[in-house]
Amino acid sequence: MDLSVINPILLVAALMSAATPILLAATGELVVERAGVLNLGVEGMMIVGAICGFAIAVETGSPLTGFVAAAVGGAVLSLLFAFLTQVTLANQVASGLALTLFGLGLSALLGQGYVGVKPPRISDIGFGPLADIPVIGPILFSHDPILYFGIFLVAGVWAVLKFTRVGLILRAVGENHDAAHALGYKVVRIRTLAIMFGGACAGMGGAYISLIRVPQWTEGMTAGVGWIALALVVFASWKPWRVLLGAYLFGGITQLQLNLQGAGVAIPVEYLAMSPYVITIVVLVVLSADKSAAPGSLGRTFHASH
Amino acid sequence: MKLKTLLASAAMALGLASGAFADGHEKTKVGFVFVGPIGDGGWTYEHNKGRLAVEEALGDAVETVYVESVAEGPDSERVMTEMALNGADLIFTTSFGYMDPTINIAAKFPDVKFEHATGYKRADNVSTYSARFYEGRAIQGHIAGKMTKSNIIGYIGSYPIPEVIRGINSAFIHAQKVNPDVEFRIVWAYTWFDPAKEADAAKVLIEQGADVVLQHTDSTAPQAAAQEAGNVVTFGQASDMGQYAPFPRVSSIIDDWAPYYIARTQAVIDGTWESTDTWDGIGPGMVGIGEISDAVPADVKEEALAMKAAIADGSYHPFTGPIKKQDGSDWLADGEVADDGTLAGMNFYVEGLTGEIPQ
Amino acid sequence: MIQLEKRPQPSRLFAYLTPLLAVLATFFFGGLLFAALGKDPVTSIMTIFWEPLFGEFSFYYRPQLLIKGAPLVLIAIGLSLGFKAGIWNIGAEGQYVMGALFGAGVGLAFYPAESVFIFPAMVLAGAFGGWAWAMIPAILKVKFGTNEILVSLMLVYVAEQFLASMSLGLLKNPEGFGFPGSRNLQQYASAHNAEIFAGSGMHWGVVAAMIAVIFAYVLLARHRLGFAVRVTGEAPRAARFSGVNPSRLILFCLGTSGLLAGLAGLFEVAGPAGQVSIDFNVGYGFTAIIVAFLGRLHPVGIVLAGLLMALTYIGGDIAQSQLGLPAAAIQVFQGMLLFFLLALDLLTNYRLRFGRAEAA
Repeated sequence: MDLSVINPILLVAALMSAATPILLAATGELVVERAGVLNLGVEGMMIVGAICGFAIAVETGSPLTGFVAAAVGGAVLSLLFAFLTQVTLANQVASGLALTLFGLGLSALLGQGYVGVKPPRISDIGFGPLADIPVIGPILFSHDPILYFGIFLVAGVWAVLKFTRVGLILRAVGENHDAAHALGYKVVRIRTLAIMFGGACAGMGGAYISLIRVPQWTEGMTAGVGWIALALVVFASWKPWRVLLGAYLFGGITQLQLNLQGAGVAIPVEYLAMSPYVITIVVLVVLSADKSAAPGSLGRTFHASH
Repeated sequence: MKLKTLLASAAMALGLASGAFADGHEKTKVGFVFVGPIGDGGWTYEHNKGRLAVEEALGDAVETVYVESVAEGPDSERVMTEMALNGADLIFTTSFGYMDPTINIAAKFPDVKFEHATGYKRADNVSTYSARFYEGRAIQGHIAGKMTKSNIIGYIGSYPIPEVIRGINSAFIHAQKVNPDVEFRIVWAYTWFDPAKEADAAKVLIEQGADVVLQHTDSTAPQAAAQEAGNVVTFGQASDMGQYAPFPRVSSIIDDWAPYYIARTQAVIDGTWESTDTWDGIGPGMVGIGEISDAVPADVKEEALAMKAAIADGSYHPFTGPIKKQDGSDWLADGEVADDGTLAGMNFYVEGLTGEIPQ
Repeated sequence: MIQLEKRPQPSRLFAYLTPLLAVLATFFFGGLLFAALGKDPVTSIMTIFWEPLFGEFSFYYRPQLLIKGAPLVLIAIGLSLGFKAGIWNIGAEGQYVMGALFGAGVGLAFYPAESVFIFPAMVLAGAFGGWAWAMIPAILKVKFGTNEILVSLMLVYVAEQFLASMSLGLLKNPEGFGFPGSRNLQQYASAHNAEIFAGSGMHWGVVAAMIAVIFAYVLLARHRLGFAVRVTGEAPRAARFSGVNPSRLILFCLGTSGLLAGLAGLFEVAGPAGQVSIDFNVGYGFTAIIVAFLGRLHPVGIVLAGLLMALTYIGGDIAQSQLGLPAAAIQVFQGMLLFFLLALDLLTNYRLRFGRAEAA
């Protein structure tokens, strides 16, 4: 056992990258849930984003175009969910699960020609001398543009939810859709837009895995990350900055676990792997004192019949 | 009992039906049960390549069918039965977890031949086959020991099972032989398939100073991580991973099931099929060594090829004594060669490896 | 402009008609998909739906429908009680795993002793395992008001890690040459959930599913508790006035669904699956959620929905093997079927009105 082999600076830099897919997907899902909709199809939207982004990046040679395509792919798929839950008033839990099933199959069909292909690489942003600053350089100034985009996305969502009228309306719709409807807001339209936003974010999260983290295409490569993103939203108690914190924590546990193993520490990997979920449950219990945490209308079907 | 009668009569009816066409036009039907999608780029991908090779080699004489992503358990039993009922003469079940289902279904279809990969249970109509990947690991270990400058070699394991432990031991023994200062850092990914996790594991090992990363997981994620790091040597696993040659991928272990699948199908066609236990290595070609790239110094490449030749012709066994176990107790005396039984159930590290095998 | 108008009563006609419409729509779009993949659409769909039921080897596939469908029905019945009352257990997968682990654990603890009491003890342990796992979200909800959807979902991942740990550790077969996975319970007579009549597909899990269906039917139609379930779902405030205790209802609904999911896990691990292994669970707990909704949360509907799902799995595998359809195409096809079934249910509860929107 030799703990000195673990470099905390590199650990932090690595966990930031590891956390980005969940961060993107969870931020999107946070907006969806804040609008009062529970979309369990995150995994399906992520994997469809992963293949759309991968395919377009390979075809065009431009990873950034790939990310745009991933966002479009995720959003288009989420429209299916929006149609089911907002127009035909189907149950959200069942629709989300069906979406995941469908997305996994669809991505595998789309990706048949892309196994074993190497995608174009996205280069890190050149910060020049900034990247050479000890400690801060590797942590803050040595990443790819999408990672920074993820952090800006969190900031943006936070600002929009907190300071803008759009955010206010979105929260109102999520808290009490009947009241929001009575105030004249278009509940269905707002929720559909939120769902599409969530789909786009999940799609980009998937593409981050297929284009940057791994990078390659294989069927089922998201391997359950979408479910972790769902947990993360709850862990964060529907607050954007806590999503960022939580994503680093969740990502950090995996990184730390691998680091400890490499250093020769015998650790019960399974118990460490279940810890994020246990922690999330504990957080839920602690939060329950604060009744305002969860959006009031979360998961409930809305129909303007009155 | 009723089912058995029904199945038997159905099989008989089929036998009669196919008998009617037995004037040389009858195709031998070969079924493949796959645990993952054929697009996984690794384990199942290579087995499917073997299936395609059978079609290519034997042409009109055979027809192959497959079902992918079959869960181990009752689903696999159903898929095997379906194949047998529809006239399969030979069925390859390509995952360890299909062991008991294969035995169960084989008992119901005594006229159908079954081939189970990586298991240890056999019957009159069930053969087992597996590959001596540890032979390839020995060559990798040799190259790794020579190539490392930091003397730290990273190793990504899937699950702590004999197959993987054998590979670690084999690689370590041969790395240490050429470089006594070498140190192995082992990370268990606890997954057969999760490219993102594999990428993480590789990055962690590289950060901890490894400049050679060996992997017992099947995706190219570690290669990509090594490429990004710039100066890290890797080896292809399961497939050649040639898209990362000549560097970071300097060589590879290739699962080449094609010769075996063709030979066994041919045996069924000829009527010479018998239940066997095949554990083949480099010699018969079940384990392929991907081209050693020019990134490896010429003398090292020559030594590696010499070792490959010696293993192939049987003059050298990667587990030849003296070898001690990790706790210092004797395992193999000088010149003694490990027996297959011990290798099959290997659950200990050899001397010099640090850390414990997780339980 | 199309308007939706809520029907005063759910339409009986459409309740029966919509599943049919959905299946027809799936045939059409699924056929297009198969045609796009270069397969004959009619043959493909016949292979999936006809072959298992009436094809040459239907004598084998029909019992398989029971084996594949029973766990789905057993779990979905339990879930439907809660769903009706607005209590969302989506962690049945975890309860299924825990039921299997507890049940198999008890069985393996007795190995190699033979006794008629072992299997009943396993059944109790399996039921307890699932029940106890479901009690976590139940008690947290009652005590702290935490969201049971999220807690039960989180517990699935905890259970899966626990399963991995058990199959690599405590329950690992000591004679298994170090490979992960427990002893095979099929080879341990006292612990084996064998078919009651060989070749019928009828094992104790199927019996349990039938009993659960009848139990749920009677409960909902006749019993006070069933009334409480229905009224809570439809009008929570009225329920409070009519003396329904919400806490007891939460404990009852989550407990029952956990218990049934645990039983399903036990019957599966002791019967068709045979052993505890890392990938032992194949998603029945999640599929059952869809089954519950496809069955419109009605016991009889759930039986039909469970059999339909089982049919698409079995037929899908046949289509893969005989027609060379990729597994992904089957998954997409199943997804379509679910989408249509979910979407068209609208017609049961709402009427479509064509005309201009009034000031909304």
